[in-house]
Amino acid sequence: MTDPAFYLPFIWAFIVILAVSVYVILDGFDLGLGMLFAFETKQEHRDIMINTIAPIWDGNETWMVLGGATLFGVFPGAYSTLLPAFYIPIIIMLGALIFRGVAFEFRIMAHASTHRRFWNVGFMVGSTLAAFCQGCILGGYVQGIRTTNGAFSGSAMDWLTPFSILCGLSVVVGYALLGTTWLVWRTAGALEQQSRRWSKRLALMMLACIIAVSCWTPFLHAPYLHRWFAYPNIIYGMPVPALVAVTGVIMWRSLGREDAVTAFICTIAWFLLSLVGLAITIWPYAVPPALTLWDVAAPVSSQIFQLVGTLILLPFITGYTLYSYYLFRGKVTKADGYH
Amino acid sequence: MPEYYNISLLIARLQFAFTVGVHIIFPAFSIGLSVFLTFLEAAWLKTNDDRYLRLFKYWLKVFSIVFGMGVVSGIVMAYEFGTNWSEFSAKAGPITGVLLSYEVMTAFFMEAGFLGVMLFGLNRVGKRMHFFATCAVTAGTLISMTWILASNSWMQTPQGYMIDPQTGHFLPKDWLAIIFNPSFPYRIVHMGFAALLSVAFTVAAAGAWHLLKARKTEQKADSTIHLMFSLALWMIAVTAPLQILAGDLHGLNTLKYQPAKIAAMEGDWESETRAPELLFGIPNMKTEHTDYAIGIPLIGSFILTHDINGKVPGLKDYPVDQRAPVPIVFFSFRIMIALGGLMLLCGLWSLWLRYKKRLFDHPLFLRSVLVMAPSGFLALLCGWVTTEVGRQPWTVYGLLRTRDSASPLAASSLSFSMMFFVVIYVFVFGSGFLMLVRMLRKAPEKANQLDEDTMIIGSCHDIITSNKEAP
Repeated sequence: MTDPAFYLPFIWAFIVILAVSVYVILDGFDLGLGMLFAFETKQEHRDIMINTIAPIWDGNETWMVLGGATLFGVFPGAYSTLLPAFYIPIIIMLGALIFRGVAFEFRIMAHASTHRRFWNVGFMVGSTLAAFCQGCILGGYVQGIRTTNGAFSGSAMDWLTPFSILCGLSVVVGYALLGTTWLVWRTAGALEQQSRRWSKRLALMMLACIIAVSCWTPFLHAPYLHRWFAYPNIIYGMPVPALVAVTGVIMWRSLGREDAVTAFICTIAWFLLSLVGLAITIWPYAVPPALTLWDVAAPVSSQIFQLVGTLILLPFITGYTLYSYYLFRGKVTKADGYH
Repeated sequence: MPEYYNISLLIARLQFAFTVGVHIIFPAFSIGLSVFLTFLEAAWLKTNDDRYLRLFKYWLKVFSIVFGMGVVSGIVMAYEFGTNWSEFSAKAGPITGVLLSYEVMTAFFMEAGFLGVMLFGLNRVGKRMHFFATCAVTAGTLISMTWILASNSWMQTPQGYMIDPQTGHFLPKDWLAIIFNPSFPYRIVHMGFAALLSVAFTVAAAGAWHLLKARKTEQKADSTIHLMFSLALWMIAVTAPLQILAGDLHGLNTLKYQPAKIAAMEGDWESETRAPELLFGIPNMKTEHTDYAIGIPLIGSFILTHDINGKVPGLKDYPVDQRAPVPIVFFSFRIMIALGGLMLLCGLWSLWLRYKKRLFDHPLFLRSVLVMAPSGFLALLCGWVTTEVGRQPWTVYGLLRTRDSASPLAASSLSFSMMFFVVIYVFVFGSGFLMLVRMLRKAPEKANQLDEDTMIIGSCHDIITSNKEAP
């Protein structure tokens, strides 16, 4: 128990899950906002929507780079099997993120209105496609990866199954809900009211997705089924669905009232609960169904060196991330902008 | 079987060269431009001269575009090690992955965290805090360069590691030795100057364009443009000679640690003393000879060893399967050197014209500076081609071969991603380039255009409101 080679991967697994969660939440509402361009066509509203995230989106995307880099440094065995396994969806996701990333600036800088329209569409399609690919990767990850001697040995399209497509759609719906509840919090007037209506519809859809994925997952592999339904695990696992129900009720009620931030927080809670459920399902595998955290971990000296830096730097990162959110707080209206 | 017959490996390498080649432009641009912006804001705070603020605002818009393109093309890099080079990642991840993580944690978050304040925050936080944010973003770009060059230099001149006898993985033994590896100090200085020069030539060319335009319409250009042009040429005059010195020292370091690379750069097949310096030639890897060589006697030895009797390495000292593709290295090196020479001339010419008080109205000089606009970035790319192709066939020099670093991917997957990247990059970054050109064709605001009371620094909002009025 006191062997660092045993407990360090535990700590790192926790940090990786944390980084992924922060990424999913922060870039989730960014990407969700982009999808909403499909339904919100008024230029004025679109500009307000963009203005709510313009000062912070770079930082949100950085968590994704952190996730990749941390896997690379601390779990190189997972990095080097997962990335080739999800080659196609990762490449498409990166392309989509490029499109929507530059569309932020380009849609504003474009001089002709046709160009502007093009980058608006690019922003919307890029956001949706990136979210869908992330969901497919997640689904493909849960359903497992073929490996031989610690290296990927499957084929290029293994990830594409009905289950991964369901996960892809679920993430799209979930991010859209994060986007609408973010707008409930950060905008006012007609846009806020519309976001409330959207949020209700999307909340029902996301609940359906959560239920569908939750019911399907245990039947992917026998150990998953055992993890959730064998006694006494079933009792320990019960709080997860129970909390999903409770936060759902709170969210629903807050959407009907003059309540700004509760719905957004409840959506975050849904995401966190889903991720916790996922972690419970696959634990202690880093590359299900064969490689554990310990199989893929870097040597102790790498883990320690990086851990020291992470523990020192994370508070700073949290500090100026919060500062930047605090600085650009409050409801954004047409009159606001940034000046 | 020679490595270039392996089609998957070839595509994987081309793809990496392409994606990193496009990417490197943006961080280099951001590093140089953030230093320039910091200088401009500091000068504005100190002198209260509005021209500095106008220039700051003008280049800040450029910075926001360039930075955004750097972020998105950088995400690709963070994942490409795993997608295309999984064997390398598994073996060297415990070292290079950790350095990359430090880059993200110390630099990327700092840049992203303060970028919003820098772009949109002047009126929310006040001048002092805003200047702090600008400095933080600049520090972020420099720290980021430090880590990524530590990682790259470690792959060129590895030390401080152990190789696990069972798995063949690199295990870190001494982190300070890993970070401060022998080629790191030279590479970082060379890259830092390259970034400054690239931006200086871009800024100078923008200035030259507006000065030429003013000449054409027989108006006097705004003094803001004079200031911009003058600042950029000071930077060139000072940095170009320093860069040549830094390059020379970097060359000596490479001779010591990667002599095979030097032999490829020089196109020398036989190791010899009193070697000539080849100005031109066509290296032929089959006949092991550099054809049509035109060289200056003795200078090769002198440049490389600072002694005309010095012994320079030859490619025949190394087995055929440990030689880089010589022509690429040979020519990219020569293009870089030629551009460096032109930059030096530009700097000297500017000093002479300054002395003659003709810096702003010498048409041939202005046109030359305009043509030199991409010279900094071209030289930077040629330098990277030289060093990265020159260290082939190794990813970790002398220890891990490129062919043993690749992912087990089908050629079809790689062809798909290659086409996908080429189409997206050409389209997206091509559009970005056109947008930058269009921005630079607009002059910085003149004194009376800037509403001093509002001091809108949020580039986005400015343009949103101005675009709204347009149909």
